[in-house]
Amino acid sequence: MAQQLNQYLRRIPVWAVWLAGAIPLGLLLWDIFTGGLGVEPVRDIEHRLGRTALYFLIATLAVTPLLRITRISLMRFRRALGLISFSYAVLHVASWISMEMGFLWAQMLTDVVKRPYLIFGMSAFVLLLALAVTSNDLSIRRMGGAGWRRLHKLVYPAVLLVSMHWIWALKLWEPKPLAILGAILLLLAVRIVIPRPLGLKKPRALQN
Amino acid sequence: MKLNWSDVTPKADFLNRRSFMTAGAALGASLIGGPSLALSGKASALSTDEKPNSLEEITNYNNFYEFGTGKEDPARNAGSLTTDPWSVEIGGLVDRPGSYSVADLAPENALEERIYRLRCVEAWSMVIPWIGVPLASVLQKVGVQPGAKFVAFETLVRPEEMPGQKRAILDWPYREGLRIDEAMHPLAILATGLYSDPLPNQNGAPIRLVVPWKYGFKSIKSVVRITLTDRRPACTWQDLQPSEYGFYANVNPEVDHPRWSQASERRIGAGLFGGRQETLMFNGYADQVASLYAGMDLAKNY
Repeated sequence: MAQQLNQYLRRIPVWAVWLAGAIPLGLLLWDIFTGGLGVEPVRDIEHRLGRTALYFLIATLAVTPLLRITRISLMRFRRALGLISFSYAVLHVASWISMEMGFLWAQMLTDVVKRPYLIFGMSAFVLLLALAVTSNDLSIRRMGGAGWRRLHKLVYPAVLLVSMHWIWALKLWEPKPLAILGAILLLLAVRIVIPRPLGLKKPRALQN
Repeated sequence: MKLNWSDVTPKADFLNRRSFMTAGAALGASLIGGPSLALSGKASALSTDEKPNSLEEITNYNNFYEFGTGKEDPARNAGSLTTDPWSVEIGGLVDRPGSYSVADLAPENALEERIYRLRCVEAWSMVIPWIGVPLASVLQKVGVQPGAKFVAFETLVRPEEMPGQKRAILDWPYREGLRIDEAMHPLAILATGLYSDPLPNQNGAPIRLVVPWKYGFKSIKSVVRITLTDRRPACTWQDLQPSEYGFYANVNPEVDHPRWSQASERRIGAGLFGGRQETLMFNGYADQVASLYAGMDLAKNY
């Protein structure tokens, strides 16, 4: 079953994932130009971009657990998913700078160092930036596989920071961002609990 | 005999007296679509000359957690609230405690139009043309006793009509309070209307407090209880997070909310790239109200 599915998946070009990743942006633009965002579009634009970035980041994190549990491999698409997530993060930050803050750089700077939710968000953005600029074959070759993998473990603190950024920005404990945090913790826990595909034995050399 | 909202002349009738002959038909039509009652208030020198936000903006971007925590939730969910009959229990240190109707507290001939800036603690703002009466006139009507130092307010609790109350996200009922001199200040009003209509439910129908120099959460909606007291009353947001929401909650660009700056604000309806504007001390009402806080450290009494 998984094998068959993997065969189908191999035929999907990576650009198709990019195309699918552009759908939320298309819908947002549609809503902006048709007035579908209500009386206060700035918040909606900013929040929707941020949420979409997080959802794609979670999709990126789900690739490994899916492989380990079901042996379905989306590995070929993982880089695209991560870069799509980062693209939405860039748009999210850009909308904050331009629409929310109106380019008040001084206030933005003092806010970023003072406000926990902005500290979380900006740190996550910096981590994701480091991952995005090294998401190419050249970087893997230059850094070596082990070094590159070590660097890309930064996605774990980054996704937790993003989740905290959302929770901290609200006045109350809202169920949705808490559920998202739960999902993230679950995806991270699977990596620890299931270190390799289910049903596969540990390699001989590592036994004893 | 007490007059209720249902006794007020329908808007269609009084707007155009010359169409009196067709008033019967208009009345019939207005009853099918729900009676629409017009309100008007005398212009006030206390109004700002800034351009008010549109009715659509004012009624579709609300914090009213009794109807949900999203900004659009109140417009979506508040239709189910019964606002007539309505009574406000006034008690505590007053000469004439009792149950008062909206018309008792804000009779039509006393209504004033007050176009006020509104500044939310979340750093957005609007300009709203309220219709209402000075809170002081209501307090004088019930007779404030000399020992009264504070006024406490409570919002309705009716989970079957206020779906947000089905979860204990806040400690219902929503409570707020003012010091007596703040309450007696001419800027503080009880509003019953918006533009030329009775207050829409999502804006706090049928009667709400408006204290324009304080963050919006002080201006408690859908008031059912007013209590004069000698001690500082409990306030919902302050109880929940005292480090973030003070008792005074005066708009102050120099004292930040721990999680966001209060130095500037975004005007709702300014457009995608409308930018931010500077927040003014006491939301621009400093000339009128700063003396209330003379000698107080506003960083401590925030």
